[in-house]
Amino acid sequence: MNLFVEAWLWLTDPLNWEGAGSIPVRVGEHLFYTVLAMTAAALIAIPLGWLIGHTGRGRELAVGISGAARALPTFGLLYLFVMLAGVTLRGPSTVLVLVLLAIPPILAGAYAGLEVIDRRTIDAARAVGMTEWQILWKVEVPLGLPLLLGGLRSATLQVVATATLAAFVNLGGLGYDIVQGIALRRYDQMLGAAILVIILALLLDAIFAILERYAVPRGVRAGRDTDVRTTPTGRRATAESSATT
Amino acid sequence: MIEFRSISKVFDDGTVAVDDFSLVIPSHQTTVLVGSSGCGKTTLLRMINRMVDASSGALEIDGENVADIEPVKLRRRIGYVMQNSGLLPHRRVIDNIATVPRLNGVPKKDAHARALELMDTVGLDRAMADRYPAQLSGGQQQRVGVARGLAVDPNILLMDEPFGAVDPSVRADLQQELLRLQRELGKTVVVVTHDIDEAFLLGDQVVILEKGAHIAQKGSPHEILANPASDFVASFIGADRGKRALSIQTIDGASVLVDSDGNVAGRLVESSPA
Repeated sequence: MNLFVEAWLWLTDPLNWEGAGSIPVRVGEHLFYTVLAMTAAALIAIPLGWLIGHTGRGRELAVGISGAARALPTFGLLYLFVMLAGVTLRGPSTVLVLVLLAIPPILAGAYAGLEVIDRRTIDAARAVGMTEWQILWKVEVPLGLPLLLGGLRSATLQVVATATLAAFVNLGGLGYDIVQGIALRRYDQMLGAAILVIILALLLDAIFAILERYAVPRGVRAGRDTDVRTTPTGRRATAESSATT
Repeated sequence: MIEFRSISKVFDDGTVAVDDFSLVIPSHQTTVLVGSSGCGKTTLLRMINRMVDASSGALEIDGENVADIEPVKLRRRIGYVMQNSGLLPHRRVIDNIATVPRLNGVPKKDAHARALELMDTVGLDRAMADRYPAQLSGGQQQRVGVARGLAVDPNILLMDEPFGAVDPSVRADLQQELLRLQRELGKTVVVVTHDIDEAFLLGDQVVILEKGAHIAQKGSPHEILANPASDFVASFIGADRGKRALSIQTIDGASVLVDSDGNVAGRLVESSPA
């Protein structure tokens, strides 16, 4: 029988939705690691990114670390940490790996958001008598929010996909069904769990897409809207170019 | 009164932007610092509100050395208008104007009421209060910038190329508007520009600067035009050419003034000395 039909049957089998190790439990575990890792990564990367973006110092360092961190093999790192820290600490080790994975995009989003703001706007804010804190909170953070959310969005996507690795150190999550499915050659279970990971990722991505839309300050959006309305030829040109691509 | 005493500014890269500059800027008058780009005029202006700190020398406002005043406090009592209005793009016009009073803790309602009055003062329709900067024309944005500069009713208003980014006809309007405002408000206004015509139009005192902020000449527009101190000044103000080099021709018994291009500039009439 078709593998996708089997996966569908696995997904809709009431037995798989009850008890220990059921789909809701696995989704819950999966989301738990994702949220935990994202929160920790955000708490580290956002203040650091804002510091770099506000002061303009340490940018090269941040770019270097981000680039290097992106190249780290996550799977290898997970085993390394578990071996170093011991099996009893495999939970924190797993989250740590996910945190390291999430930091670069969040860091980049946080400082890039501040970096793209017109220097004259910030200069004016300072010249009228805003303190550095006021410049950060009243000018830089609101104007940098869309890019920061973009960073959080791509980090979430990576973390939710990579959280499947938790199963390799016996921590559950949707990866459990994938790993078990491969081992037992139960491909309906493997594919069903994989589809769930994909749905979860797309759902989270959609939430961020909506947030990003609303994070663009109204004044900035207002400016864009006027631009479009006053240049009908421009809009047609964009419509055409997007149709051809 | 603002007084520069032997002010110098050397930037970290070794550039000498200002070299031993001294000047008294009288109160309730407009002083224009004019010079080509890179002459240090903007640096001088930004020293007044400590956006730039002098390397040596003293700058006093009404006898108080600015180095002793906390920069944020100092800036909040000095109006500042910059070339591209410098408005916050994510805030409405009314909130932009009310920015500094709100920072000083004025309740929102009072700050907004005052902002609306200021919109009248600078000739902006109150209906624009809820718009965002990006929805305004360049000239309107600049008016908002001026209104924001006046929001705390400062004694001093600093203007850095305030009309540099708007087209010539709007610029002429805004210049007249500033003259009107200044007649009503009598602030101590310091303007930086590279446009000598603007300097002569706006300035009670005009200071022509050479590289390193050396004063080539200072005085009223009349004094400078009557007696350019050097060839540099004469050439900078265009005393020897165009519409500033007028000659008298007699046509049908009347004296007519003709500029160096041969265009008729006007008639010579008797007048009592100014």
